[in-house]
Amino acid sequence: MEHNIYKYILRYSKKQQVILTIMSILSFPALYYYLELPKLIINQAIQANDISFPVEYVGFEFDQTAFLYLTVGLFLLMVIVNQAFKYVINVYQGISGERMLRRLRYELYCRILRFPMPTFKKKSPGEIIPMITSEVEPLGGFIGEAFALPIFQGGYLLVIVSFLVVQNWVMAVAAIALYPLQAFFIPKLQRKVNLLGKTRVRLVRVLSDQLGESVSGVEEVHTHDASSNMRAQFSNQMDKIYTVRYRIYLLKFIIKFLNNFIQQLGPFFFYAIGGTMVINGTLEVGTLVAAIGAHKEMAAPWKELLAYYQRREDARIKYEQVIEQFEPAGMRDADNQLVEPDEIPSLTGELVASNIELSDDTGSKILEGLNTRFKLNERVAIIGPAGSGREALTHVLARLIDPDRGRLMAGDVNMVTAPEAIVGRKISYVGQHGYVFNTTLGENLFFGLKHRPLHEKKYTDEMEKERQTYIKNAELTGNSIDDIDADWHDYELAGVENEEGLKARALEILEMVDLSEDVYRLGLRSTIDPKEAPETAELVLAARRRFFEKIENDPSLKNMIEAFEQDKYNTNASVAENLLFGTPVGDEFDLDRMAENKYVQKIIEEAGLTETFLRMGYQVATLMIELFADLPPDHEFFQLYGFISSDDLPEYQAMISRIDSERLNNLREEDRLRFMSLPFKVIPSRHRLGVLTDDIEDKIVAARHRFAEELPPHLKNSVAFFEADAYNAATNLQDNILFGKIAFGFAQAAEKIGAALATVVEEMSLRSTIIEVGLNFTVGTAGARLNATQRQKLCIARAIIKNPDLLVLNQATSSFDGATQVRLMNNILEEFKGRGLIWSLDHAEKTADFDHVLIMRGGRIVEQGSPDKLKESSAPYKELLAAS
Amino acid sequence: MSLKEEVEILRQIPLFAKIEPSKIKLLAFTSERLTFQPEDFVCEQGDNGDAAYFIMAGEAEVIVETPSGPLTVATLGKNDVVGEIAILIDVPRTATIKAKTELTTLKITKDVFFRMVTEFPEMAVEMMRVLAERLVRTTDDLQKAKEMIRNGD
Repeated sequence: MEHNIYKYILRYSKKQQVILTIMSILSFPALYYYLELPKLIINQAIQANDISFPVEYVGFEFDQTAFLYLTVGLFLLMVIVNQAFKYVINVYQGISGERMLRRLRYELYCRILRFPMPTFKKKSPGEIIPMITSEVEPLGGFIGEAFALPIFQGGYLLVIVSFLVVQNWVMAVAAIALYPLQAFFIPKLQRKVNLLGKTRVRLVRVLSDQLGESVSGVEEVHTHDASSNMRAQFSNQMDKIYTVRYRIYLLKFIIKFLNNFIQQLGPFFFYAIGGTMVINGTLEVGTLVAAIGAHKEMAAPWKELLAYYQRREDARIKYEQVIEQFEPAGMRDADNQLVEPDEIPSLTGELVASNIELSDDTGSKILEGLNTRFKLNERVAIIGPAGSGREALTHVLARLIDPDRGRLMAGDVNMVTAPEAIVGRKISYVGQHGYVFNTTLGENLFFGLKHRPLHEKKYTDEMEKERQTYIKNAELTGNSIDDIDADWHDYELAGVENEEGLKARALEILEMVDLSEDVYRLGLRSTIDPKEAPETAELVLAARRRFFEKIENDPSLKNMIEAFEQDKYNTNASVAENLLFGTPVGDEFDLDRMAENKYVQKIIEEAGLTETFLRMGYQVATLMIELFADLPPDHEFFQLYGFISSDDLPEYQAMISRIDSERLNNLREEDRLRFMSLPFKVIPSRHRLGVLTDDIEDKIVAARHRFAEELPPHLKNSVAFFEADAYNAATNLQDNILFGKIAFGFAQAAEKIGAALATVVEEMSLRSTIIEVGLNFTVGTAGARLNATQRQKLCIARAIIKNPDLLVLNQATSSFDGATQVRLMNNILEEFKGRGLIWSLDHAEKTADFDHVLIMRGGRIVEQGSPDKLKESSAPYKELLAAS
Repeated sequence: MSLKEEVEILRQIPLFAKIEPSKIKLLAFTSERLTFQPEDFVCEQGDNGDAAYFIMAGEAEVIVETPSGPLTVATLGKNDVVGEIAILIDVPRTATIKAKTELTTLKITKDVFFRMVTEFPEMAVEMMRVLAERLVRTTDDLQKAKEMIRNGD
């Protein structure tokens, strides 16, 4: 990358800069006339000096008034032309700058993708992210004006100066006499400010890093009462920033002071020298005034130029600082990632590593002249004590880290120089904690299959035009033109024909890594859009009917679930749910705040239930006060069972003692709302409060019907009603199948219903369909919505689905419990029978089922062979076996 | 069954006899009422116990695993409490409780149970009385068993 920002600008935007310069120069004549015209208007058109009317102009005759209109018309034209130039130049400047910024960011991002792994030990995301996002932002602005601004403003200044010289050269010289002084002192001071600026940028970077650490390490901070120390560290950093900022301010405003002072010295000289000359009669008063006026006019461009200088220095420093951070030693060539070989060779034969050496960043050796050789159709275990270089070896073999020296061959392929297109497709690696991206489970699973856009997307004419614009813009800025909407899946690599095949394979692999049950459960709890997946919705409806039959025919299950029935009150659902009889979509019918909803209030009123609800609210409040009044406010019961939070309880207490239960129809609005809100939360069979009589239940069912019938059009999309023969898009698959509420008070009801559901799924072969839905589950930032075991299993599945010739696992299952570890290991060993597998293990006894074992010690392989052979004759192996 | 009825039933249990009605109400309100089908297990020997059950209706069998197979040692009915040992001292369930008929219970979790016992010494004393009675009965049984063995010699 260019180290000098000007070289960078010229290299990538020479054409734009030339165009900008030409446009600036072209604008000067108009500018000159814009300055010249007022003189003409006053002297000739108004005062008629040196002119006799009518004048002839381009074949037309003008009298004085007409001439005045002609000249002011021209003046207006010049104003428009000037502003038009400014507009075009500004827009073009903005676009050029933005393009360069896009190019720069893209280039920096590409570099991050090529950083050697150890770099990330020294550089944290907290440092890297602001560099690409905010720190380079002002560069875009600067790049746009890099050449055009000094030319435009400098030219503007020149135009004014030449205008002044034409009027009176002495005054012109006096006006700019002090500019050299300014041009000499200001940059010197500015340099100091810039150096401080540089320090400040560095300090802020550290600050953002500290912030990131506090967030990531917040658990440690709490468990060790380290918050005071963290605060002190933060304070300390802020103080450093403050000190630098303070000095910057002092200098910055001194510069401002000097600038203004020198600017004001101009008039001082004019009045002193010019005044003397006027008194002596060598200068006319009018010229003096004109000179002062022109000097004022000069202030703006001169200021712009000085400010430009300031920005230029800023930009230069920022650019250099950023670039220097993005050139770590040992970075791979861009071609290593971009080259697409004609053919991807398979890794077969033997893997040969000779004289592999690797040091860490302190220079101490991790691998010391390591030599080994094993077949690529064998399952190889690596064992050795901690610090033996096991992990480093897996990194080198997986081509994550470049060895300092040594040769690494896989069959005929030189692994050290092979492009990522080969090693990244033929080798898989999973460490102890794989990373899961914030997208769907399926996208994560297929991440390793998306190397290039393989199957183009078909575009309609109009979309094709948009696509072409996209490509043009990307090309102009050196960005990637690969179509993100194309199908990137490499089906061939996964050993399948098409999307269907890939899904089937995914199910197999999820089973292999013991994740299918989890994905199945996630699928049950996911929603689908029946418009997008009509078959799935249809299947779910069929499952609902079947489930219903099953329940109907089994008396022991019948009581455990209460189906939603249009004309029956559901005693296991809350009053709110019973009234709404559907799933709320959006916030309009928030089940916790139903009482506040105007439409709900109207329906309750029309059903003649308002007073009933108030009475129920009163009863519930009374009971709650009786039960909870003595409990301390932080008691968990409030959260678990309370209808009323501990904060609100005193309020209700006051209400109950103030309000007579016979006069509930005459309440203040807020009291009313408070009482009204309580009954909505009542679930009869759970709370057993006895406040809901059969009569009230019937009325609520009637209100439910009215609610649906009278729902105004603008609320139609705020609720998805329960309908026995329609799929409910707002709720998940499981609730769609159950279509009812699991009853309270029955032992193991949830388990028994779950088992019945599982039978239905089994009988209808719905499992794979549900797992496919589960693949659309969004996993959250860094997979936070999955647990650590699920994440790791997903990473292992991702590494297997691309059918690597060599799978490298670095204690990838060590965080699992014993039984899971054994199960997974057996499955993976089975899958990789006759294929390449390298597994770094912490326990020697786990190596029994491998074909080959490497024993490491002190960065070397001290012995290797089949586990049986080693067990008999190898002292280190026996030692490791005994230790584990 | 409404909360009121539950409170009535709970008050008939000697353990709760001396506790104020409002506290019993709270106990009933915060505790889950669980119905077991005949043959359902309330708890199984060896499991970790986190709750005791007050029988409000129906009958349950207490079964202990012995080397010669399961042995029904007692049948419990209305107003009896089961499963309290495992929550009093942290040991796995000492017996299996199986519903003999449809069984309605009030499940009281360990936390709630301890809170009640510490808050109401009367309840602790009552608990001691129940346990002591059981000890007397067990000692009695042991005595009889020993005699049977001696006679058998």
